[in-house]
Amino acid sequence: MVSLLKLLKSFFLLELLKGLSLTLKYLFKPKVTINYPYEKNPISSRFRGEHALRRYPNGEERCIACKLCEAVCPAQAIVIEAEPRPDGSRRTTRYDIDMTKCIYCGFCEEACPVDAIVEGPNFEFSTETRQELFYDKERLLANGDRWEDEISKNLQKEDKFR
Amino acid sequence: MDLTFITTNNSILIVLVSLLKILIVLLPLLLFVAYLTLAERRIIGFMQLRKGPNVVGIFGLLQPWADALKLLSKETILPTGSSKIVFVIAPMLTFILSMVAWSVIPFSETFVISDINVGILYLFAISSLGVYGVIMAGWASNSKYAFLGALRSAAQMVSYEVSIGFVIVSVLLCVGSLNLGDIIEAQRNLWFAIPLFPMFIVFFISTLAETNRAPFDLPEGESELVAGYMVEYSSMSFALFFLGEYANMILMSAMTSVLFLGGWLPLFDIAPFNYIPGPIWLMLKISLCLFVFLWVRATTPRYRYDQLMRLGWKVFLPFSLFWLVLTAGFLVYTGNTPNLY
Repeated sequence: MVSLLKLLKSFFLLELLKGLSLTLKYLFKPKVTINYPYEKNPISSRFRGEHALRRYPNGEERCIACKLCEAVCPAQAIVIEAEPRPDGSRRTTRYDIDMTKCIYCGFCEEACPVDAIVEGPNFEFSTETRQELFYDKERLLANGDRWEDEISKNLQKEDKFR
Repeated sequence: MDLTFITTNNSILIVLVSLLKILIVLLPLLLFVAYLTLAERRIIGFMQLRKGPNVVGIFGLLQPWADALKLLSKETILPTGSSKIVFVIAPMLTFILSMVAWSVIPFSETFVISDINVGILYLFAISSLGVYGVIMAGWASNSKYAFLGALRSAAQMVSYEVSIGFVIVSVLLCVGSLNLGDIIEAQRNLWFAIPLFPMFIVFFISTLAETNRAPFDLPEGESELVAGYMVEYSSMSFALFFLGEYANMILMSAMTSVLFLGGWLPLFDIAPFNYIPGPIWLMLKISLCLFVFLWVRATTPRYRYDQLMRLGWKVFLPFSLFWLVLTAGFLVYTGNTPNLY
């Protein structure tokens, strides 16, 4: 009897009709797609995107060339060379990040004692060549200037959890 | 679209008129094919809560042209181990066959490219020939995926043609003519989809299998065969296969509309409906069938191969045979057999 019912059920395509009615309902449901270049998802204030080197409000660069980030970097993407400046302060002469090696773990950011290297909210930095992804100090500082508003806002927001 | 008024003996003129008729059918058909691909992506996208291609032109309306341009500008690759001539002929064959079949489809009372008396047989024959394009492609590619895909496709098309044949026969029993125009005329009072409803369903599912559409798209089952018999094709040869396949879908929908949904007949033969010309009605019916094609594709998972064969031979064949006998018996019992002489 049960098998007969089962046979009838499959014979009248009941399951299929159920499925079809479900897909028909979905046809008219609002779509979940985000129209990416025009619409964007909100991102967390802890988002780890493109790197940036920050400056103090007076324009002096924060990085003191302690090389903690270089040491902690698990992908060994950071290369730093340092020398004392004529005024006696210790600063980097070279600060390179190989963005193709970077795994965006955020350890550099955590290791930094002066909040100089940070990972900002920017994730749209694709390039056409590999070479463009070898960031030098100049590029990183420029990133810092460009994203400073959002970076400092995010850092303040996350301050009490760090 | 009545072009029969030209009854001169000038044979060149007759050829020109036929060419014109062919153009009138083929150009909208190709446009329809192009936009069917877009409709498929949009509708399936909607059913999966996506948006589908909507960036090229408004509502993505220029997407088919972008796709066509892309395919045209690509390189046609002839695999080293392939049988070159057969390899090139196969997509052309598929494409040409899917176009040729349209010559007997009636678009209105008067507009048919060739109004032959064995129209339905001709359609059946042409759609059966479609297997050759697939087999040739699979064989000539000299690739195991293409070969397996072609074998599957051929076996599948042959199996489901049997039940399609029986369905067609049962329609013919009700009409008493092989001419497609007569078949449509016979449905003036009642579309065959209603009295022959089970056959209609069997026919529709068989056309899904015949055109290698989901849930019977095993020949191109991407999870195991990459793309089936089309693996080795690229550029324009691929585009021809693609166009041919979609044109076949439209053809099968046209066949469904002609056999079961009253072809160019309006929904009801009353005022607002019969102002709309026949070709538009036919197109609406074809579009409805195509929508169901896409709808089914968005709904069902793929059949396993033995399930597909079981469905074809052990369910559809006996069922359609049973209904054929039932239809014939009913017609004889009620004395409604069509008057043949």
